[in-house]
Amino acid sequence: MPTLQPIVAPRDDVSLAARSSRWGERTIVSLLWFAAAVSIVTTIAIVVVLLEEGLRFFAEVPLLDFLTDTAWRPFGDVESDAFRAGVLPLVSGTLLVTVIALIVAVPLGLGSAAYLSEYASARVRGIVKPALEVLAGIPTVVLGYFALTLVTPALRAVFSPERISIFNAASAGLVVGVMIVPTIASLSEDALSAVPDGLRAASYGMGATRSETIRRVLFPAALSGIVSAIILAMGRAIGETMIVAIAAGNLPTLTANPGAQIQTMTGYIVQAVGGEAPRGSLTFDSIFAVGIVLFLMTLGLNLIANRVVRRFREAYE
Amino acid sequence: MSALSSPAGVVRGAVLDLTAPAARLRRERVFQGLLLTATLLALLVMVTLLTDVLTDGLRRIDTGFFTDYTSRRPEDTGVRNGLTGSLSLMVLVAAMAFPLGVGAGVYLEVFAPDNRFTRLMQTNIANLAGVPSVVYGLLASAVFVYLLELGRSLISGALALTLLILPVIIVATRESVRAVPPSIFNGALALGATPWQATSRQVLPVAMPGILTGTILALSRAVGETAPILVAGAVFSRRADNEPWNLLEPFGALPVQVYDFIKRPQPEFQIEVAAAGIIVMLVVLLTMNSGAIILRNRYARRR
Repeated sequence: MPTLQPIVAPRDDVSLAARSSRWGERTIVSLLWFAAAVSIVTTIAIVVVLLEEGLRFFAEVPLLDFLTDTAWRPFGDVESDAFRAGVLPLVSGTLLVTVIALIVAVPLGLGSAAYLSEYASARVRGIVKPALEVLAGIPTVVLGYFALTLVTPALRAVFSPERISIFNAASAGLVVGVMIVPTIASLSEDALSAVPDGLRAASYGMGATRSETIRRVLFPAALSGIVSAIILAMGRAIGETMIVAIAAGNLPTLTANPGAQIQTMTGYIVQAVGGEAPRGSLTFDSIFAVGIVLFLMTLGLNLIANRVVRRFREAYE
Repeated sequence: MSALSSPAGVVRGAVLDLTAPAARLRRERVFQGLLLTATLLALLVMVTLLTDVLTDGLRRIDTGFFTDYTSRRPEDTGVRNGLTGSLSLMVLVAAMAFPLGVGAGVYLEVFAPDNRFTRLMQTNIANLAGVPSVVYGLLASAVFVYLLELGRSLISGALALTLLILPVIIVATRESVRAVPPSIFNGALALGATPWQATSRQVLPVAMPGILTGTILALSRAVGETAPILVAGAVFSRRADNEPWNLLEPFGALPVQVYDFIKRPQPEFQIEVAAAGIIVMLVVLLTMNSGAIILRNRYARRR
């Protein structure tokens, strides 16, 4: 390649470099950098705090007991017989609520996503979508009130009060399900809308009906987005605190019975803090040990969701 | 080809019924009906919830409900310290989260070099958005309440909520800045502006309505959050009967107060007073959200 010759001879007395050193500009950019770095510091702080306080707990309680023991009573003296520190009942309580929530939210969320993306007129969409946003914006303490004062009495009336206790996993799970419907609906709708129209046209051209197109063409094409929506919603259900703290009870129980009183990991954290365990006590440290499990579970689900999107995305165009 | 153009072919085509069999059509209608039911069910639940709260709580609201502190007697109790606490929190969180979030968003969108550290920041922000809010409470409890010895105070709670909503504001800022045509930025540069001058005087004013909308929505989330401030600061109202004028004082907050009401044994508290507190909280949130929507609509019209 021939070198470009300047048309006008270069002048030594003109420089395009800034005249001042622009220290103000550099200061501002580094301030902005610090603002962005706050998020990194936050993550590091979360990990350090959980590990530091949690490890103090594991100095007293063997990790194996924590992971395998089937009762959770980390109160009082570690030597006493009443002291049991197995996290399984809290994990099972969390999973029970999450499974119930998903049973509610997956059909409702996917149903509304498909309806909004494939059937609804612009006017209906204009009403339903903001309404779902409002639902997503309702504070969870309000949903907890709803679970305790409306859903639980209804469940006890339909089944019998003997089978459904005042605090129970079913009521909390149902309402957590309602809470995560907007997440599943809006993310799945995005995934469905992103499927190119060519696929729809081709499917109709082959003689498929609208429902056949949705079930056999659009859902498979949008599967990565839908799966990651469900996983993200699952993470939110696991991390949800107020609904379960109000409606699910605070009795750690290793059970799969939805009518029983249980306790979730988040519920335990709130209860133990409310009981104001003195700092430095084993009960106080146990909050952070549970926090580690909670953090790892939700982080794991987030990473999986991102992975699913990246690995299984059908790349169109 | 020849068969189709023959007279016999035309006749056969004419009697061919192109409408789908009735069973197939019925299946279509059932499927559509199911989807519509799913859509309406979630909204029905919401309507039920709001009606229930209104019927339970509306008659409990009078002027005293706003001016009274919490009391042991349900008829004397009010949400004064929850309301003042929540408003103070809102101001503090806005003052901290807005500059930090917008700064971070602008940095990542305009100034950040495309290197590994930038990508790490981006993944990190996405993951922070998925961390349960109660974990932010644990963080704030260990760092602000105990390590920095701020105690269970207004500033500890505000810091917890700030960290919680920071990712939301950052994402909103990035999207709004990205939506500004690059020609505006480049035009400013061509006229001799520095990158920061171009950003602060040309790009940010155009992006501001979107940023403000996102910030208000994030703030309304912060105001409705219970778990982090329950863990890291808010004190149940009977021990915090004060207006929090001092950053280091204990404080109440509307959602925490509602939780407190629900947890009390008397049904008057559990049902009526809690519902009345919820109505006050929802009105605050509704006001904020309408502000955000008005802002968004005005912006949309102008463009």
